[in-house]
Amino acid sequence: MRPREATGGPPRDPVGTLVGFARTLRAAGVSATPDRVHAWLGALGHLDVRNPRDVYHSGRLTLCSGPDDLVRYDRCFAAYFSGFTPPPPRPAPPPVRMPRLVSVPDVVEGDPSGGEHRPAAASPAEVLRFRDVSRLREAERAEVRRLITLLDTDPPQRRSRRLRPAPQGRLDPYRTIREMLRRGGEPSRLLRRRPRRRPRRTVLIVDVSGSMAPYADALLRFAHAVVRARPRHAEAFSTGTRLTRLTRELRIRDADGAMTAAAAAIPDWSGGTRLGEELKEFLDMWGQRGMARGAIVVICSDGWERGDATLLGEQMRRLSRLAHSVVWANPHKAQPGYRPLTAGMRAALPYVDAFVAGHSLAALEELARVIGGDRRA
Amino acid sequence: MTHSSIPLPADVASPGDLSGLLGRHDYLADEALSTAAFLALRMRRPLFLEGEAGVGKTELAKALARILDVPLIRLQCYEGIDSAQALYDWDFPRQLLHLRAAEAAGVTDVSTLESELYDRRFLVARPLLRALETSVEDRPAVLLVDEIDRADDEFEAFLLEVLSDFTISIPELGTITAATPPLVVVTSNRTREVHDALKRRCLYHWLEHPGFDREVAILRRRLPAVTERLARDVAGATQRLRGDSYDLLKPPGVAESLDWAEALAALGARRLDPDLAAATLGAVLKYREDQARVLDAGLAALLNGSGAAAGG
Repeated sequence: MRPREATGGPPRDPVGTLVGFARTLRAAGVSATPDRVHAWLGALGHLDVRNPRDVYHSGRLTLCSGPDDLVRYDRCFAAYFSGFTPPPPRPAPPPVRMPRLVSVPDVVEGDPSGGEHRPAAASPAEVLRFRDVSRLREAERAEVRRLITLLDTDPPQRRSRRLRPAPQGRLDPYRTIREMLRRGGEPSRLLRRRPRRRPRRTVLIVDVSGSMAPYADALLRFAHAVVRARPRHAEAFSTGTRLTRLTRELRIRDADGAMTAAAAAIPDWSGGTRLGEELKEFLDMWGQRGMARGAIVVICSDGWERGDATLLGEQMRRLSRLAHSVVWANPHKAQPGYRPLTAGMRAALPYVDAFVAGHSLAALEELARVIGGDRRA
Repeated sequence: MTHSSIPLPADVASPGDLSGLLGRHDYLADEALSTAAFLALRMRRPLFLEGEAGVGKTELAKALARILDVPLIRLQCYEGIDSAQALYDWDFPRQLLHLRAAEAAGVTDVSTLESELYDRRFLVARPLLRALETSVEDRPAVLLVDEIDRADDEFEAFLLEVLSDFTISIPELGTITAATPPLVVVTSNRTREVHDALKRRCLYHWLEHPGFDREVAILRRRLPAVTERLARDVAGATQRLRGDSYDLLKPPGVAESLDWAEALAALGARRLDPDLAAATLGAVLKYREDQARVLDAGLAALLNGSGAAAGG
């Protein structure tokens, strides 16, 4: 980790070298924006640009903005200042199997042979609502996607510590006195206040492993609808063999754009399941620090845990103690005669407050209702 | 602490100098952290500290205030904090009293009365305003914005506004600008991601748990009653508790190892043995599951090889 400047030789323009490093850093995914680079150069004005340790520390302080950045920074720094080209920033994303934006055709109307009998009186959209999303044809799927985007996902509410003026409630001495001042000190009417309501945080964890593949797209779109409805109060993760935070990707307004970004971010699409370990990672890294506290946590998975489900049970217990409520959506629940027999499901169910299906549009509406349900909480 | 002998930031020529100075005020900073603090002083840029609870984020701000020999102004953030609690508030009851008194004295000039009513003396300064007002040339105040991640994001945007030009405008009174920007330390436990715009104005530093040697030094420095042997035992055990083999819900921070060592010293311990560890485990592990896990693995295993970790 010795910058080349330090090894002597003909003096070179440090600014060029530093800006070049910032460019490398950006390629590695650190947002080393020009203003940050400017701050770095400013910082080096107070330090010794020929001292590699000063260069290293000041760059870390000014160019990075999170622990993830620090790892990349260290790698780039070692590579850049020792004369090696850094390795490519990240492996190529898995093939994107996400849809392109398609114009919505007049879905089921012109295509009556859906393979299933429908009552003649029901409207096509009504029928579509109850169809299992894994058994849809392409045109129907496009329509269901569109409808998921339009789902009404009202955020759940909680009482805040903050008070707001209200016609009834506790006395508000400040406003009352201010009102008196305005009237020259004459006591006038009493003003009141009561707790405000804030959206309760919602955390969605969507299983994208192989067994969930037919439903993953619909569930991620549902997650997108939830995140978009309350960007600052919702978080989304995908799980499989790796836990991936998708909140940033799903904040993209356009549903297809968000799905493409999410697909690029998920490294373990259609892989195996290690739900217990993933849940533990979520709780260690995010949940216990505050993300799960008082939140509504929704897990969308079939609970097919390879191996021992003890860990999953332990982690579910931990989660249920942190969260306001835990909702489990299992698409297989809708199959006739379904029983929660998989080891994972059996381990998890004692700690689940609501167990729903989430296999069709209607079931997702139901899930949205369960999440937003407790409006007075 | 004599006032004249306290060197001001201008006398500190390098991060190394500052590190030594911090050391004299009982804060042992590594090179990365002392560079961060040095640049925060020199560039007058807020310092954004992130890290696990109990790694010494708040302590750094206190140590910096001691170095500069200025009071530490602390703004503890919590959910629902708003500008009346962070900036200023009018002292309505006193205003009312003043009004009544003026009335009784027969003052009738409305405009005079009004201007008197919104005088500086009726303004209650909250931490941010106090920091701007007390920050004078050569003696910048130290403002600690603690646990910003607990505040809502509206408050974050508001803080960003104050931190960008260190100016507060009060409609009834006018604009108050800091003579010199205070030294701002913002801490976060990372319970949620703080907005990038705020981080961009700051120097970002991630604080790690200290290594074995530094932890021993911290224990010795902060707790003179603790013997070298006890400090090494406690630091070794704490380092092991942070390791992957225990995989605790809440690995102990420096604050916990200080508590633990203090508890042991209060019991008159000169070294750590399994019985003493069992009696004082609550000082270092605050979750029942964590205690159970450590007890299951055996306390002897936790204490074994205290010296072996010395190299780490």
